[in-house]
Amino acid sequence: MKNIFEISVKGRKGFDPGEADENILEKIDKSLLRKGELVLPEISEFDAVRHYMRLGRRNFSVDENFYPLGSCTMKYNPRVNETAASISGFASMHPLMSYIDEASVQGALEVIYNLSFLLCEITGMKKITTQPYAGAHGELAGIMLMAAYHRKKGNNKKHIIVPESAHGTNPASAAAAGYDVVSVPVDESGDMDIEAFRAVIGPETAGVMMTVPSTLGVFEKNVSGIAELARENDALMYYDGANLNAIMGRVKPGEIGFDIIHMNLHKTFAAPHGGGGPGSGVVGVSEKLSGFIPVPEVIKTPGGMYGLNFNVKDSIGMLASFFGNFGVLLKAYTYILMLGKEGLVDATEKAVLNANYIMKKLKPYYDLPYDRLCMHECVFSAKKQAAKGVRALDIAKALIERGIHPPTVYFPLVVEEAMMIEPTETESKEEIDIFIEAMEEIARLAENEPERIKNAPAGMPITRPDETKAARELKLTCL
Amino acid sequence: MEIKEGYFYTKEHEWVKIEGDTAKIGITDYAQHKLGDITFVEPPENGKEISAGSAVTGVESVKAASDIYSPISGKVSGFNEALENEPGLINESPYDSGWILEVKIKDESEKEKLLTAEAYREYTEGLE
Repeated sequence: MKNIFEISVKGRKGFDPGEADENILEKIDKSLLRKGELVLPEISEFDAVRHYMRLGRRNFSVDENFYPLGSCTMKYNPRVNETAASISGFASMHPLMSYIDEASVQGALEVIYNLSFLLCEITGMKKITTQPYAGAHGELAGIMLMAAYHRKKGNNKKHIIVPESAHGTNPASAAAAGYDVVSVPVDESGDMDIEAFRAVIGPETAGVMMTVPSTLGVFEKNVSGIAELARENDALMYYDGANLNAIMGRVKPGEIGFDIIHMNLHKTFAAPHGGGGPGSGVVGVSEKLSGFIPVPEVIKTPGGMYGLNFNVKDSIGMLASFFGNFGVLLKAYTYILMLGKEGLVDATEKAVLNANYIMKKLKPYYDLPYDRLCMHECVFSAKKQAAKGVRALDIAKALIERGIHPPTVYFPLVVEEAMMIEPTETESKEEIDIFIEAMEEIARLAENEPERIKNAPAGMPITRPDETKAARELKLTCL
Repeated sequence: MEIKEGYFYTKEHEWVKIEGDTAKIGITDYAQHKLGDITFVEPPENGKEISAGSAVTGVESVKAASDIYSPISGKVSGFNEALENEPGLINESPYDSGWILEVKIKDESEKEKLLTAEAYREYTEGLE
């Protein structure tokens, strides 16, 4: 398929902006003028519509296909969320109005205030900032809050402990915030190796970053003991909430000793994602970190009006313009209100049930390295199939051929030939059974006719792109 | 899986070839096999003091980014610049043209702690 510049025809127009003001060039500061030529595709509106419709048809999306991409939580995005986000009062509002005239944006401020309240209730935290734009941004915010806390107390902290079963972004965020990273292995049951943890935690530990449930899809059994050891060393407990959908409504991270949490509203709270955003990495903190949160904080005055508080004494400052991705906040707020307390608990329980159903059904066919009750996702290894030359990547390709998005493969790194399957609560038993049958069929073919799997996918617009070449010869422009 | 005689090895799947006071370091055939096609090797900081077991640089493959731990203490004295354009040399020839860095050895007695080819073979067989 041609890219949009390749279908460009000199002189063709899709939009007429009209004549520019006569003296326009004199009105604009010279430093702001473009130096080179403006390169845009020259196409009609119809060309553009067709181009993007065609591209869209070649896409694999959760609206069309089962999408068990572990860790990414590709659940259904309810259309009512879109309705809420398109209400013109919200959609056409300018965020600057919150600084100029609070009274004119009471509805939006109320949404932020109420959402923060609900997220505090769900997580057991004391304060929320909605500013971070996505998960990794939330992690950085969380570690900055941690650093501010230690600075204020005059603590000499050097490193952050991260178990191997945490998300890969955790060590990256800790390092980006200036800490050394100490990695701790997992034991044979998939929990953090507690002896190895004891050996490294000490007075120089700033914090412990945990993903609960972990990337192995299991709930850390020693979490309370770990939190206690952290407390003894005045190290803060960081909860990576990317997997919050496995415990939402059932367990409050604040009550098991966590001080900081980031949530991916675009995962757990069903805002669309997968196309690179927009996301929301809302951060919650416990009482002892409440004085450090970013400004402005949305507050409710005694008179019942909503307003902004810039006076947070030890605030780490602003992390984003205004309040983060407001549209995503609105969708998450709608999602929580539509489901209600019982609905949220039900979603959590079904997510866990669905993952365990798949784990049980596929166990006879694929190696299961951590054979215990899983949470919202299960992790298999394609070790058995690899012995026949069929690797996790080949299985992923064979699933595409069968109209199913592959699970996450080769992650977590601690599992060889990993396949990380997260069905989410929004899939029916019928859909899940189709996936299970496909996986069974692939396992049988891998055993008897491995070539058929190794040559998959047949009949797709793109079959086996050269991933090595793409990484070695990076080309980021389409011109 | 090729394991070269006369080299020393670590459990992190690095090899060391000792030539006088210099240690040439790379990753083993086992490691390149597990990582898959290498796409990038980070040049280590020349002259940097490193201690045995600490991360000295990193490699990226289509599957993962991995740290390279120095098997031996000393000072970084060289980098295989051919890897900048051809990181795939590590896959093609992990023990020769795919070497990664050179270190001026600080304490020769650390050699005793490294695995011999035979010990490394036993170790990798235990992993399968």
